[in-house]
Amino acid sequence: MTGILGKKLGMTQVFTEDGKLVPVTVIEAGPCCVIQVKTPENDGYEAVKVGFVEERKAGKVKKPAAGVFKKAGTAAYRVIKEFPMGGLKVGDFVKAESFSKGDRISVSGISKGKGFQGVMKRHNFLGGPDTHGSMFNRAPGSIGASSFPSRVWKGMRMAGHMGSERVTVKNLTVVDVRPEQNLILVRGAVPGPSNTIIEIRKDK
Amino acid sequence: MNLIHAVEEGFKREVPQFTIGDTIRMHVKVVEGDKERLQPFEGVVIARKGSGIKETFMVRKVSFGVGVERIFPVHSPSIDRIEILKRGSVRKAKLYYLRSKKGKDAKVKEKERER
Repeated sequence: MTGILGKKLGMTQVFTEDGKLVPVTVIEAGPCCVIQVKTPENDGYEAVKVGFVEERKAGKVKKPAAGVFKKAGTAAYRVIKEFPMGGLKVGDFVKAESFSKGDRISVSGISKGKGFQGVMKRHNFLGGPDTHGSMFNRAPGSIGASSFPSRVWKGMRMAGHMGSERVTVKNLTVVDVRPEQNLILVRGAVPGPSNTIIEIRKDK
Repeated sequence: MNLIHAVEEGFKREVPQFTIGDTIRMHVKVVEGDKERLQPFEGVVIARKGSGIKETFMVRKVSFGVGVERIFPVHSPSIDRIEILKRGSVRKAKLYYLRSKKGKDAKVKEKERER
């Protein structure tokens, strides 16, 4: 597996060689510095911790984190994430060129917050008729039976907070990679607003 | 935003300047089986929408009494070339009113002289 952290820059459209117009998300991916390598002997499994977005202000790095970066001998980073991959040493960089055109990838990120939403938007309930005297417009309807169970079942879908949660979109296609600018162009949408930090993973 | 802009710029093509009301003839690449040929399409530009790489234009012609409208991205690689036949003199940005006109009314007046 190959994993990298990136920043979602936004969406646009590009043309393919055969003249088709495809919607793409432009992601500034890496370079991500390896901060720690986990080995089966030491930690029981193989993984690397990578950092992304270099911290420029020394005072912004908390003391425990500063110790981690000092031990690794790398610069301080704002975001640290672990990916199950091997063959790297501390101080190496994971870059956009580890992905190539046509790759199938998964992208994870924090989705846009929607606030407190009703059941129609949050759970795709159908609601009732808007007109013809209907007074059942966007209400959830029945939430259960009566004397049995005399309570509402756990997990009953109701109104509440929506969005701002971790979402993974699988099986996206890489349309283009621009290593000079650390850019990856992914077909379709990825979770979250622009300038959000996202994880890109490629399964072998 | 600048990096996105740079990506978009890379796909832009040199397109002749034409505007709403102009009569143009475009040569569109058509793939038939494994052969590619150019198909001309001639008509009046009745709308231009969007900006940058996302900009599109709409061309209308009346073919055997049936109105035909096609929308193309301005920078589409499937357009081989565009010829401008006439410069039109119009007062609107969208010429959708041409759809309900017939005969002489459906014509766009030609611009008298170039500026």
